Amino acid sequence: MKRSILLSGLFILCILWKAVPAAEELPNVKDIVDRANRVAYYAGDDGKAKVSMTITDSQGRVRTREFVILRKDVSDGGEQNFYVYFNKPSDVRKMVFMVHKKIEGDDDRWLYLPALDLVKRIAASDKRTSFVGSHFLYEDVSGRSIHEDEHTLIGTDEKYYILNNIPKDPSTVEFSSYKIWIDRKSFMPMKAEYRDRDGKAYRIVEALEVEDVQGHPTVVKSRVKDIINGGETVSIFDDVTYDIGLGDIFTERYLRRAPKEARK
Amino acid sequence: MITTVYRNVISLSLLMFFCSFSGVISNASASEVGDWFYDQYETELYGFVEARQGWRLQDDPFEKDESISEARFQLNLSKEFSWGIGKFKGDLVGDRVMDEVRGELRELFISLSPFDFMDMKIGRQIQTWGTGDLLFINDLFPKDWESFFTGRDDEYLKAPSDSIRASFFSDHANVDLSYSPVFNGSTYIDGSRLSYWNGVRIAGSDSLFNDHERNRFFRDDEIAVRIWKTINGIELAVYGYDGFWQTPEGLNRETGMGIYPRLRSAGASLRSSLLGGIGNIEAGYYDSHQDDAGDDPFIRNSEARFLAGYERELAADLTAGIQYYLEWMSDYSEYESSLPPGAVRKDEKRHLITLRLTRLMMNQNLRLSLFGYFSPSDEDLYLRPKLHYKISDSWAVDAGGNIFIGEDNHTFFSQFENNSNAYAGLRCSY
Repeated sequence: MKRSILLSGLFILCILWKAVPAAEELPNVKDIVDRANRVAYYAGDDGKAKVSMTITDSQGRVRTREFVILRKDVSDGGEQNFYVYFNKPSDVRKMVFMVHKKIEGDDDRWLYLPALDLVKRIAASDKRTSFVGSHFLYEDVSGRSIHEDEHTLIGTDEKYYILNNIPKDPSTVEFSSYKIWIDRKSFMPMKAEYRDRDGKAYRIVEALEVEDVQGHPTVVKSRVKDIINGGETVSIFDDVTYDIGLGDIFTERYLRRAPKEARK
Repeated sequence: MITTVYRNVISLSLLMFFCSFSGVISNASASEVGDWFYDQYETELYGFVEARQGWRLQDDPFEKDESISEARFQLNLSKEFSWGIGKFKGDLVGDRVMDEVRGELRELFISLSPFDFMDMKIGRQIQTWGTGDLLFINDLFPKDWESFFTGRDDEYLKAPSDSIRASFFSDHANVDLSYSPVFNGSTYIDGSRLSYWNGVRIAGSDSLFNDHERNRFFRDDEIAVRIWKTINGIELAVYGYDGFWQTPEGLNRETGMGIYPRLRSAGASLRSSLLGGIGNIEAGYYDSHQDDAGDDPFIRNSEARFLAGYERELAADLTAGIQYYLEWMSDYSEYESSLPPGAVRKDEKRHLITLRLTRLMMNQNLRLSLFGYFSPSDEDLYLRPKLHYKISDSWAVDAGGNIFIGEDNHTFFSQFENNSNAYAGLRCSY
């Protein structure tokens, strides 16, 4: 049985799971995918992390991004809201990016430009474009719907469930398939390898460090590598906290006035 | 010529000096300035230094060849207090076109939330609302058209206003109220920097347009209101405004100077995701009630305004947007019959189409964009091509143009034909 997974969890990941029920001997694919999705994206009811991204392009030039990301689940495993508040570089300081993630249909996205006091709505049809110029994609941040791929369990070793995932609608994505390694104990997606139309691996997303935060396994360091052109982005998640009691800050009000959880 | 080059070298050297001095040559140290300051004073400090130079692409008998030539230093300070936030943003500008050094206070406000359901911002601030992309109907906050037409960064299109803004939030609806005790007004094209149609001919620095300021506190005041709500991702808003035309749309017959006639407006907007993109519509009625009947040729008539827009990604990192915009004059026959002999007659309807194309390349460090306004009724065109490249986290260059093309001398964009210009800028953010 196949269903999809979101591997992307690696990025925002930070936020997720409720205690995992004792794993059965051989869970079916749907269970693995569901569990991994929750572990990677739905830890606690809400969460916060300070993110530092280091982007290295194919020629070795380095850029950095620093932002605070806030997340709140509308329903566990379902819709969620994200609020990203930029601190660096200084030309994007205090800019805010907000997403209302939908399970069916396109997400709603907004950008707030403080210098113009402008609340801009962003077209969100293509989720597989770069997030703030990094090697992470929008979909890595807010999660790829588990219903968008067909999932097959292709192997199990001591540590991982290995799944292959094929998009149901290949025209909407740049990959033809991706393989994902899911930790058998924690159900954290640890690595994803994307293949192009020729079946060649070109992109790897990895969780480099996972820590326990308030009982939730949490990726605190992750990396995306562009294998073909070179270049990578490493994200470090500091001060990860769950269940901080975020109110309804995912509105225009708080685009114009950042909530205290997002500010220094 | 020599002097020009010499001066440019000086501005550029100054810029380099500022940046080196602040230690922002490398990315690492760029952020350190702000971090160090925050550690010392618990106050955020950031901003930029930039040099910007532009030239007219043709001769203008009334203006300098240089359309812009300035060095700008912007400082932002922001501090959190127990009761709220204080913010300062100011620019220091060395402007060779105007031959002056000036300070521009862009923001100086306090922001607080006296109640759970209420936010306030008091002081000098930038305000924006409405759904148009570089078109404004219900946003009657001040603009700076000189900045827009000469190639300053987009942020300078919005001019500050001295206002008290109170916002109220509830499950039923949200309300923004903005009160300015004295009229702010937009920076319009008066001939000092850009040439324009003065009603008779193209004029410039030889014939500056002057206006009678609206400057009486609490009498020349403005109030703007927006009531808004988002339902299932559909953003709905209604707007009201009571104040004045933002540019001098009237003429004092005796002095020959511009006046800011009274204006009331009401309107509404809707914005939502639509077919994989974003669609928006907005309408407003401008009640120019100092000339109720529309038969005073020296005061702009009332008009209805409407816009509809759609934007979507065509491919990864390629976005296109299109808008249709209409200005529809009320009491057109009164306008026609009251027009002085020899005066140019405006059309009853002004149609405008805009197109935006934005392409991001090189890990989004290079942004190529084109924004175009085309009016089939005025038969004129305004193109804004722009290239912006982030050299590093601190340094960015941009280059672009403001190209005006038209049939007649008097239409909105066509009048600026002699101001068509190209510019380039270098900015170092800290």
